[in-house]
Amino acid sequence: MLTLECPYCGVQADETELSPGGEAHLKRFGPGSDIDDFEGYLFMRENPKGVHFERWRHAYGCGKWFLAARDTATLEVFGTYPAQTTEPPQALREAISAKRPGWRWRDFA
Amino acid sequence: MKHYSVFAVAREALRQHTGWDRAWAKAEPKKKYDVIIVGAGGHGLATAYYLGKNHGIRNVAILEKGWLGGGNTGRNTTIIRSNYLQDPSAAIYEKSRSLYETLSQDLNYNIMFSPRGVMMLAQTQHEIRGYQRTAHANGLQGVETAFIGPDKVKELCPIINISGPRYPVLGALWQPRGGTARHDAVAWGYARACSAMGMDIIQQCEVTGIRRDAGKVVGVDTTKGPIDCDKLALVTAGHIGVMANMAGFRLPVESLALQALVSEPIKPVMDVVVMANTVHGYMSQSDKGEMVIGGGTDGFNNYTQRGSFHHIEETVRALVETFPMISRLKMLRQWGGIVDMTGDRSPILSKTPVEGIFVNCGWGTGGFKAIPGSGWAMAELMAKGASPLTEEFSMWRFREGKFIDESVAAGVAH
Amino acid sequence: MSTRLAEGGRLIDRSQAVKFTFNGKHFKGFAGDTLASALLANDQMMVGRSFKYHRPRGVVAAGAEEPNALVNLGKGGTFEPNQRATTTEVFDGLAATSQNHWPSLEFDVGAINTYLARFLPAGFYYKMFIHPRPFWKYIYEPFIRQSAGLGKAPKDRDADTYEHFHAFVDVLVIGGGIAGLAAAREAGRAGARVMLIEQTADWGGRAVVDGVKLGGKDAGVWVKDTLQELETMPNVDLRRRTMGAGVYDHGYVLAYERLRDHVPEMDGPRHRLWRIRARRTITATGAIERPLSFAGNDVPGVLLASAVRDYLVNFGVSVGDRTVVVTNNDDAYRTALALHSHGLIVPAIVDARPQGGGELAAAAKAAGIRVANGMAVAVVKGGKRVTGVTLCLQAGEGAPLEEIACDCVAMSGGWSPVVHLWSHCGGKLSWDDDQAMFRPDAGRPPTGADGAPMVIAAGTANGHLATAGAVADGWAAGLAAAKAAGHAGKTGTAPKGEDAAAAAPLPVWLMPQGASYAKRSKAWLDFQNDVKVSDVQLAAQEGFESVEHAKRYTTLGMATDQGKLSNINGLATLSNALNVTIPQVGTTTFRPPYTPISMGAIAGVARDALFQPVRKTPIHDWHEANGADFEPVGQWRRPYAFPRKGESVHDAVMREVKNTRTNVGLLDASTLGKLVVTGPDAGRFLDMLYTNMISTLPVGKCRYGLMCNENGFLIDDGVVARIDEQTWLCHTTTGGAERIHGHMEDWLQCEWWDWKVYVANVTEQFAQIGVVGPKARDVLESLGGMDLSKEALPFMQWADGKIGEFDARVYRISFSGELSYEVAVPASQGRAFWDALLKAGEAHGIMPYGTECLHIMRAEKGFIMIGDETDGTVIPQDLNLGWAISKKKDDYLGKRAQERSHMTDPNRWKLVGLETLDGSVIPDGAYAIGDGVNANGQRNTQGRVTSTYFSPTLGKGIAMGLVLNGPDRMGEVIEFTKGKDVTVKARIVDQVFYDKAGEKQNA
Repeated sequence: MLTLECPYCGVQADETELSPGGEAHLKRFGPGSDIDDFEGYLFMRENPKGVHFERWRHAYGCGKWFLAARDTATLEVFGTYPAQTTEPPQALREAISAKRPGWRWRDFA
Repeated sequence: MKHYSVFAVAREALRQHTGWDRAWAKAEPKKKYDVIIVGAGGHGLATAYYLGKNHGIRNVAILEKGWLGGGNTGRNTTIIRSNYLQDPSAAIYEKSRSLYETLSQDLNYNIMFSPRGVMMLAQTQHEIRGYQRTAHANGLQGVETAFIGPDKVKELCPIINISGPRYPVLGALWQPRGGTARHDAVAWGYARACSAMGMDIIQQCEVTGIRRDAGKVVGVDTTKGPIDCDKLALVTAGHIGVMANMAGFRLPVESLALQALVSEPIKPVMDVVVMANTVHGYMSQSDKGEMVIGGGTDGFNNYTQRGSFHHIEETVRALVETFPMISRLKMLRQWGGIVDMTGDRSPILSKTPVEGIFVNCGWGTGGFKAIPGSGWAMAELMAKGASPLTEEFSMWRFREGKFIDESVAAGVAH
Repeated sequence: MSTRLAEGGRLIDRSQAVKFTFNGKHFKGFAGDTLASALLANDQMMVGRSFKYHRPRGVVAAGAEEPNALVNLGKGGTFEPNQRATTTEVFDGLAATSQNHWPSLEFDVGAINTYLARFLPAGFYYKMFIHPRPFWKYIYEPFIRQSAGLGKAPKDRDADTYEHFHAFVDVLVIGGGIAGLAAAREAGRAGARVMLIEQTADWGGRAVVDGVKLGGKDAGVWVKDTLQELETMPNVDLRRRTMGAGVYDHGYVLAYERLRDHVPEMDGPRHRLWRIRARRTITATGAIERPLSFAGNDVPGVLLASAVRDYLVNFGVSVGDRTVVVTNNDDAYRTALALHSHGLIVPAIVDARPQGGGELAAAAKAAGIRVANGMAVAVVKGGKRVTGVTLCLQAGEGAPLEEIACDCVAMSGGWSPVVHLWSHCGGKLSWDDDQAMFRPDAGRPPTGADGAPMVIAAGTANGHLATAGAVADGWAAGLAAAKAAGHAGKTGTAPKGEDAAAAAPLPVWLMPQGASYAKRSKAWLDFQNDVKVSDVQLAAQEGFESVEHAKRYTTLGMATDQGKLSNINGLATLSNALNVTIPQVGTTTFRPPYTPISMGAIAGVARDALFQPVRKTPIHDWHEANGADFEPVGQWRRPYAFPRKGESVHDAVMREVKNTRTNVGLLDASTLGKLVVTGPDAGRFLDMLYTNMISTLPVGKCRYGLMCNENGFLIDDGVVARIDEQTWLCHTTTGGAERIHGHMEDWLQCEWWDWKVYVANVTEQFAQIGVVGPKARDVLESLGGMDLSKEALPFMQWADGKIGEFDARVYRISFSGELSYEVAVPASQGRAFWDALLKAGEAHGIMPYGTECLHIMRAEKGFIMIGDETDGTVIPQDLNLGWAISKKKDDYLGKRAQERSHMTDPNRWKLVGLETLDGSVIPDGAYAIGDGVNANGQRNTQGRVTSTYFSPTLGKGIAMGLVLNGPDRMGEVIEFTKGKDVTVKARIVDQVFYDKAGEKQNA
């Protein structure tokens, strides 16, 4: 039963207020894109055992989408941040490094 | 291997059971095998068994990080059915179900396959049409199912409340030869048979790396040292992503927690398996007398084998509504497993970008019922390079949009 | 015999007698008794039968760990099976029956299994019942099922109610013994918000029973003082009869409060499930005494030493007149001393330790009790009741040395901390060699959302078995938890406990250590599931070496007590058999709940109508009052049809279609989703969401739009109306509003966050009513108001205005092919408008119609329905909807996906109309049969029906379906499945069966 802080309304939201939305920072590939890229965008997932970045919506709260950095093996939450970004904030990446030295997720480390 | 029978038990009883051998031999890894299978769950062991039995490939090792049958094989709700809609699914699940019919005799191990019948309740008009469609499809696929009315539902399962105020039972898709089996026994029975064929089941042996040479697999590194092989099957369910990562490719798979629970045992009250998809819950009664209950998955990636309690709540709520008598039973135990979900929720049985590596994963919430069929098909794929049963389950089907989608209820009516 | 003593019993009120029945016999107890203590007080030693061998079973424990004393309780709507007598408080009128026997508890046919036991070792069923194959289902399994199970199944609907409470606390303390009390008090003093819960009805736990000293005071006095202080703290909540059931991730804890199991006549919910979020949880859950494994340890009359003491001290009940105490540790001497001080006979204390015990042993000897060191029980005599024990040397193989007559055996194999809650969420254990037990490993605790430890084990649950250590540990845990939760108020000093000097316990996993097979096969580990030492040894012999394998093979620890008594003894037995250490074997996984909790409590109030909320349109009450036959659609219930008195549902549907086609029908379409999309970039946004061009739609006009997901599949459809320069109103399917709204927000917030667009879901702000049929205009015009003529408001336009007194937005759209107005009015006026329409329509033959009529009319017209023509695998191109896919747009959601080879495959099944040759209706879901079979032997198919109805308008069956190359095969006849080996022939035709030219809807 997770709790995640909604970065918009500041609420320490219970999992029952939230809707999970899968992997974060997916780059959309549209018409004309390479089939590999499109397949990767729609289907291929990091699915790591460890540090992961994912999408959540504060569905039964403020309704906003946000992103979370979480360890899928311990469920520790490193932080949450607004969805309007293409990469995790630097401060959060450093915070993860402090707890999980050498972590890597796609091109982020 | 000592033959199991009532006479053998009687004979042993007279000498204090001192004569029973190990069910499977203790094995240390050899330097090289023809085939290595990673994961000694039901699917891995069945793959090994049919490699040996059907294709004469017996120089096989099955590597297991923990204890055999200890993953999803040992933590599911043991439902066996093949009433699937799409042809490729119906083919492999029906193959599996039919193998279950005679598995106890094949393995000389009582896996307690009990074809007590499985019904999937229709609780909306939309569901009625969906299940009628499945019944028509099953008729052409050689799967014995029928759409039955609410009276028949009540007759087969008297504890159902068919006139619930919210979602009355309008009918059901009924598969009379679906049922349950003893999940641990399936793993143990296959393990014993594999061992008897001379295969090595190596427990407490974690694969830490996959060695390749020029795009071809040559072996694995393990906590018990390196082992060479010609062919490698990755059959690790929730941990398939970790394996694919070692092998250098990605899979369209995510690992999620799925939970189940049992009640305290009571005297027999329910002879069939009931699945209620509108309200998200399913239930059967085990031979021990426990009500075995399952529900939906969590929506986020998870490797902890623990799920979120609100799913248990939702499931129990749904089943109290469907079977009011369970309100006064007690939940004895809840647990979770990690299931591997693909992009279309159907499995992957496939060659991979690395020559010699095969993958069997993505069974999601429904793997137990598929164990014999999956093993049979996977063995054929590995031995012959192709199998009609695995043809449509390739890992590349997602590229061009050739899905095998069983969740046909995409939208609701106007 | 077991009996009530003339005096004593700290928990019972002898002035308040209660009457209860057991198997129909009338018994007397006292207020404060448990059912177990009351049964023992009435010399009812045998209380049930075991699971496998149906052996006689008596009470063995006094608390939650009891495996044997399970009863059927109550009757009718308050019947409950498998109630533990040891945790059931008696009340006047309680009716219990014993379980798992036939015909009676005393004479049980199933007990024959005990004589067959040698043929039924661990795992016997895997080796038997294999042949002949049909016998498993028809003979063996039904027999096994009948003899298995425990309690009877409830039959009636639960007469009780349940509820859920939420709590948010800094520190949750689970367990109201001295450690828990000390922890709660210290955390409370520090200023933390504290909740302290205790599973029983009493505070103080074992310390009070054992009469230990704390700070120079009797434990009872200390507990009273501490409670008094806790009760004065406004930041502390105390709850008895509340069990910590499970610890979950991120500090979520479930607690189970039994509000009126002990006072059934009281009003209110029976159980309350607490969902607690705690910053820190302290598990002060105590320890459980272990049985000893000797032959006959399952005979009724053999109890845990601590239980014998509990019955004596708490309830004034002596289990036997002559009690032999057998132990491997000092604690059991307390039982001997207590019995002795109550004037009962202790013929001997059998201490397996060659050197014997410490100060308590000296006290026993001083009291004149015989202590036999280095000795063991060779075998217990008796069947349904202990009659004596035979002693032997612990070090030997069991040669009998002497017999002692007794009617009770009090055994103690040492203590195991209750580590369940610590372990639920990943807390690890370490093996304590000195005390022979697993204890929480503080270095590997369960961690929370912040990665910090979230559970602190305290007291005996943390391995501090002695008073001084336990209470000091509880105090420290309270401080640490409060501090971790950010509270550092002024606190007190650690309470000081006093203990008698104890000698070390001796691990004894088998008694005697060299016991023969005959003895090992009579030495029980799991009393309920009938698992003996020999069974675990057989499992090891057969290679079931993992503790999980051994558990599952033997069923050890899988009974209703979940191995509270048997697990440690079992895994020690396994480790001996495998010749490895106990920590190498490890434990099985601890899973919630700690003891079973009612399904009713889990479900809470969500039953019947509250199971899932029903969404209601403003006109719902009218539907109900006018006999609507409802169907669930999403969270709504929509009228399927409005049958009249004596009319079948089918006939009603036929009437509704005919009337709408010839006169006028009224449809409550309020459930349709209504999303307002507005902003400078709204047009651009909708062009991405819909497959067709929406931005070019002129203000005042409507357009039918299709929405796909990124995978290319059709997910929703509906009419979009352009309201003003930057505002559109998008209709979605019923039940689609929330989903599509979420879909829009997802893309707006996560992909095109710089686009200036707002979306609002106004579905419930409006009632929407379809006025449909040739006389629709007449009806509306008779109400007066805005100009609704063909010229003023042509097909596929909308207008705002007044209809009669009502503020209305009128859409000229049609899902039936008829002249049709969909009128939206404010929800508050919906019912009045509906009534006004009915009244105005009387002269025109107006009738309401339901969803089935709607379906038939749209099928007659060849319109698709999301969920019928689509199933998540269908793309618009399959449905001949290419006209609704813009060729001009570079991009829309799903466009890239639809470029994939499988989507452009010319062999995809395409939508056509179907007409049976015989006029019959093709069954729902029918498939079109193709030639031959595929590689898996399945019959090939070439299409399937998606919608099929009897058309009252055409007087025959009509259908739509997806057919291989369908549009190129007009006129061809194909065969559909109809039943087992029955088919029906149908001709491929145009999908529009009614008014192809569209004259009616355009009228």
